[in-house]
Amino acid sequence: MAHTPTKGRKLLFTLIAWTIGFLIFFPILWTILTSFKTEAEAIASPPSFVFFDWTLDNYVEVQERSAYFRHFWNSVVISVGSTVLGLLVAIPAAWSMAFVPSKQTKNVLMWMLSTKMLPPVGVLIPIYLIFRDAGLLDTLTGLVIVVMLINLPIIIWMLFTYFREIPGEILEAARMDGAGLRSEILYVLTPMAVPGIASTLLLNIILAWNEAFWTLNLTAAKSAPLTAFIASYSSPEGLFYAKLSAASTMAIAPILILGWFSQKQLVRGLTFGAVK
Amino acid sequence: MRRSIWAAGAVSVLAFTAAAHAETITIATVNNGDMIRMQKLAEDFTKNHPDIQLEWVTLEENVLRQRVTTDIATKGGQYDVMTIGNYEVPIWAKQDWLVALDDMPDGYDTDDILPSIRSALTYEDKLYAAPFYGESAMVMYRTDLAEKAGVEIPDQPTWTDIKKAAEAMTDKSNEVYGICLRGKPGWGENMAFLTAMANSYGAAWFDKDWKAQLDSDEWKAAVNDYLDMMNEDGPPGASSNGFNENLSLFQQGKCGIWIDATVAASFVTDPDESTVADKVAFAQFPNKEGVDNHGNWLWSWNLAIPTSTDSEDAAKQFIAWATSKDYTKLVADKEGWRAAPPGTRTSLYENEEYQKAAPFAEMTLNSMQAATPDKPSVQDVPYTGGQFVAIPEFQGIGTAVGQMFSAALAGQMSADQAIQNAQQLTNREMTKAGYPK
Repeated sequence: MAHTPTKGRKLLFTLIAWTIGFLIFFPILWTILTSFKTEAEAIASPPSFVFFDWTLDNYVEVQERSAYFRHFWNSVVISVGSTVLGLLVAIPAAWSMAFVPSKQTKNVLMWMLSTKMLPPVGVLIPIYLIFRDAGLLDTLTGLVIVVMLINLPIIIWMLFTYFREIPGEILEAARMDGAGLRSEILYVLTPMAVPGIASTLLLNIILAWNEAFWTLNLTAAKSAPLTAFIASYSSPEGLFYAKLSAASTMAIAPILILGWFSQKQLVRGLTFGAVK
Repeated sequence: MRRSIWAAGAVSVLAFTAAAHAETITIATVNNGDMIRMQKLAEDFTKNHPDIQLEWVTLEENVLRQRVTTDIATKGGQYDVMTIGNYEVPIWAKQDWLVALDDMPDGYDTDDILPSIRSALTYEDKLYAAPFYGESAMVMYRTDLAEKAGVEIPDQPTWTDIKKAAEAMTDKSNEVYGICLRGKPGWGENMAFLTAMANSYGAAWFDKDWKAQLDSDEWKAAVNDYLDMMNEDGPPGASSNGFNENLSLFQQGKCGIWIDATVAASFVTDPDESTVADKVAFAQFPNKEGVDNHGNWLWSWNLAIPTSTDSEDAAKQFIAWATSKDYTKLVADKEGWRAAPPGTRTSLYENEEYQKAAPFAEMTLNSMQAATPDKPSVQDVPYTGGQFVAIPEFQGIGTAVGQMFSAALAGQMSADQAIQNAQQLTNREMTKAGYPK
């Protein structure tokens, strides 16, 4: 018999969920509010929540000082480019692991995941030297490649989890009807896995958008994305919290909006296979 | 009509050709008020040098340090001008990573650079970086609170004077704390302050044979006094306070005394930002009675050219502009003398208009002139530096030791334990690094 929660319990759970949601969102909300304060109000103690003189000065100054749209465009190219390139590599890889596994598949999957356990700074100098010699420093091509590579294990893992849920018999039937490998992946597997691929795509765009180690270390002036834009407003000697908040708000706004519109796919992607 | 179209076309072609031939130099710099002002005024440079275009990379100090160190060590060639501290200059010059600035244009007047700064940027008699702004450390205190508490802080206070004044000014029920000092761990955070404080107690990081001296009586006295003052009269949560946190507390009227970089003086006396702007006075960095040492804090942000650049001449022209007397005058014309980059040129401090506009000018100059980074301690030591030790290993050691002293301030370990751990760690790391070299 299904257990139906009482009205009181339902209300309590809803309240708890909203409170947790609000607590998680609070730092972002605070950043947005601070971006509309003056520098003096940004550090005022006790802080004022909404009753302060709202100003757009920080946004004007950030706009004047930095080339926001250049950084924005670089972020778009790096995040979309690395995700699409990653999917092109990951779909065939995940297909082979899900439908034609070998004895070593599990080990390969674990090995791929283990590359995420190494602190990136450990390979900074070798990668920097490779980039220098290949002429890839401060180029979008270089960043698309490196960001794709660091997110590739996650893309493969996510797709592998989705593909495993698709019955192998369907692919077998396609093969019996004469479909080649290319047709099988392109016309049978991919359409069935569209929701999974979409979730993977969205999640990886967000991860690539927020990537702040390689994008800071391998860029200078030309290909720096929004992470470098934010870093240019942080300072240990001088109070620039309001301007930093304005820069942060401008940097996270696009991805926040994308996340808002695609939340269904994201939730589905993150909870896929969690409840059976 | 037709003729004007042709003329416009010709001008466009010429402009395009000029832009195509322009040399672009990439400048890596830190995010602070003076550097941002330089970016805004850079039009003055490009107007007079149409053949040079400027690209800016502005980063937070620690990110910038990591970024430019990686680039210069690997000869990546990403930057033509780098903003570096006086900590890096001698170390990098020794490695042949920097271009010597010994042929600056006529009228640059290298001799006008403050002697202590010039000495910090010189390696084997050659200048390797030009200072953009410089700072020492000094005492900033609230005159109204001192008066209310009935205490007087002399121009050259001792640590006993500071301790007494801090006690008298503390009024915790009204959230007024007698003293605010750095507690956030890091070689450039709490260890910059503690190293200067230890110098003023007669302590040294190393003896002549590079053996750590952190468990000496002088270090113990400095660390114990620091912890006592902060525990009794400091703000809560001080172990996570750095420059910005203390600046914020002072500007909000919550600190009686703040001892930190002289650059803070312009922030705390700025009526637009500070609620106590007209109630601040200054004094020299304190010393322990009988020790002739006022901390020797000396820092400057400097412009240098990496040897990996392809645009050495253009980079030199830019540095000559940005660190010249004319640039200081340009800032004064556009934003007033108060905004002039401090701590680099003697002529600025001789300027009456600057002295009038900046009430902290005299104490800043005194503090900078008193600093002797080539002789940081009253003891005979094998290193140079002021609030740091000018060896490559110091970043790592300083930060690890800073974590121990920060933990002691947070009450997670005793002062003795922190000192013993710091001593062991420093000796271990120095042995590993092969000292004495």
